[in-house]
Amino acid sequence: MSSRTLPLLFINLGGEMLYILDQRLRAQNIPADKAKKVMNDIITTMFNKKFLEELFKPQELYSKKALRTVFDRLAHASIMRLNQASMDKLYDLMTMAFKYQVLLCPRPKDILLVSFNHMDAIKDFVKDTPSILSQVDETYQQLIEMYSSLCSGEFQLIRQTLLIFFQDMHIRVSIFLKDKVQNSNGRFVLPTSGPVPHGTQVPGLIRMFSCAGEETNRLQFTNGGNYTAAVREGSFEIFGDRVTKLGTNMYSVSRPVETHMSGTSKNSAQHTKVNAAPNPLAKEELNLLAKLMGGLEVQKPGNTDSGFRVNLFSTDEEEEEALISRPDELAYGVINIQATKDQQANAELTKIMGEFTESGDQSPSSSKGDDLLAMMDGL
Amino acid sequence: MYHKEKSIQTKNSASALYNNLGVLRIAPRRLTYFAVVHANVVNMVSASWDGLDYSHRQLQSKEPNVATSTSLVTQAAFCVLPSRDLLVVTSQKGIQIYESDGSIMVYWHALETPDTPTDKAVFARGISAVWESYICVGVSSGSILVFDVPSKGSNITLSEVLEEHTESITDMASECSGSQECIADLVSADDGGNLCVWKSGEEFQLLNKIHGFDMSCSSVKLWKGTVVAGYGTGQIRLYEAVTGILHAEVNAHARWIYSLDIAPFSGLLLSAAEDSLVRVWHLNLTPESNSVEVAHLHNECVTDTQICGAKFCDSDGYAFAVTGYDLSEIIRYTQS
Repeated sequence: MSSRTLPLLFINLGGEMLYILDQRLRAQNIPADKAKKVMNDIITTMFNKKFLEELFKPQELYSKKALRTVFDRLAHASIMRLNQASMDKLYDLMTMAFKYQVLLCPRPKDILLVSFNHMDAIKDFVKDTPSILSQVDETYQQLIEMYSSLCSGEFQLIRQTLLIFFQDMHIRVSIFLKDKVQNSNGRFVLPTSGPVPHGTQVPGLIRMFSCAGEETNRLQFTNGGNYTAAVREGSFEIFGDRVTKLGTNMYSVSRPVETHMSGTSKNSAQHTKVNAAPNPLAKEELNLLAKLMGGLEVQKPGNTDSGFRVNLFSTDEEEEEALISRPDELAYGVINIQATKDQQANAELTKIMGEFTESGDQSPSSSKGDDLLAMMDGL
Repeated sequence: MYHKEKSIQTKNSASALYNNLGVLRIAPRRLTYFAVVHANVVNMVSASWDGLDYSHRQLQSKEPNVATSTSLVTQAAFCVLPSRDLLVVTSQKGIQIYESDGSIMVYWHALETPDTPTDKAVFARGISAVWESYICVGVSSGSILVFDVPSKGSNITLSEVLEEHTESITDMASECSGSQECIADLVSADDGGNLCVWKSGEEFQLLNKIHGFDMSCSSVKLWKGTVVAGYGTGQIRLYEAVTGILHAEVNAHARWIYSLDIAPFSGLLLSAAEDSLVRVWHLNLTPESNSVEVAHLHNECVTDTQICGAKFCDSDGYAFAVTGYDLSEIIRYTQS
């Protein structure tokens, strides 16, 4: 619904992805220089100027399939490789983490603070590389420009749009279960205690007034919770204390990343039905994907010299097992794109086009002035 | 005061949208219809009063053409007019009006949507039947579309467009007391918390504008000339509609209020918010002293759920129903 949701979705999911990869790189004892290269490569790709330009344009949210494809590509922007099972798990963790953050935000506007927490961490990852740092800084500016002036209702619309995107996702995440922020049925715990959001009063007071505006009566009622007054507001500037912990890195080497696949199929089945749109990807999605994949340098997967594989599971056997046992409803249906720099841009796009068009559906959108699709039609 | 009854299962879960529950009581047939929005679909359930028969139906949001991306539904509400009951569904693309059982679509109004998306989203939201023959629907631009509805058939026409709000309409409500004496017929609310009070007619007349305090008013009701408004701060405010005098202010919820409802015969008020709580209040209007008393009666906590819809199932407030984000059921409560 809101046409300003995509940048926040992308930046926050990207941030979570970096937290997880950073943790796995260290857990697998990948040499520091290689690990740093991976992080830098991914962040450079994430903050690619042309890509961000596209991202910040007003548009509807991408389908789950399209967004997953973008992150697949992003994860492979460097010498690191992930198997299907690990990529699935990575994406599960990213999305559940951000869903949690969106739900737990006291005010819709706080999603911006969560985004800044992710940005602050990303900035820290690349603090030694000025070229990438400047691109990250510019993104802060874009975020502030785009979101600072929005009213509360518009932020709530963004939040509602995100919640529709995350609807019916109840994958259990080990770290959430351990911290008791998620129940065994996959739903997040919403406490009826703690500080109220900034701008809200602790529930319990009824005030009645005369026509002249004087308070005539006060009544108290039991609010059924255990609330305290609001804490100070976080900073919406480029630098500052965000106050909220949502969006900060919850992983460390000693807190591994695991997800549970069993027992989630009952509810998850619903969401794939709604999202399995019969239409091929919308024009905008193809545009963005083309921009992302068209001009970016790809590392050939076969490069055994510096390439290495990262596993999101504790052992290779576990990873294999996860791939086999993943419930059908939770399959993301992602197509592997092996785009290399050698191919012509047109041919590349044809390939993407071909892979996305489902079983004999006719070519999409007949809207006028559609350069990209017209190009494909003519091939 | 209330106890939980058996829930009604729905085909999909409810989306996080304001006022996401429609209820229509059909006494002659001993049935109640419920409508809940899930993304681009409206889930309708017809429940018999004896609790034995349930039938389900799904309505899709209308797409102008196949190639465009799905249109999300923002709200589904039943409109009760003297001559007929209708179901109105608002979405990103326009307004669909159905017979109350969802069987036939009688009218479609397309919103003007730009070719490429603009900064400000375009959608319809805020639905209310008004007086004899009007259905009013709000738009994200702040406009209010007034449709003239004949007593039967599909010859519904756009009668007027009210341009008073400059921010997105969030909710609208008509005077529900049934009293002929009330001057104000309709109240509309927007994202800035502004409230407009109208008198219906061939040309709707703006009676009063109550300015907001920079916080969205997500749900609004009008009863016996009193506006009851719920805000994103969790506060409920009661105003005298025509004068704008503030009668009462309640620090009602710890999070954004998503739904308000009034049982017109008893003066019970229902409020529900993202904080997992549904609260029941009693409103007592004393016309002589022109004052309103608000008393808190009851709390229900729907654990770990952000509530998005709550409505009384009858005019006395004997029973009410609740929906929550990600929940595939309609939870019901009845007075003990």
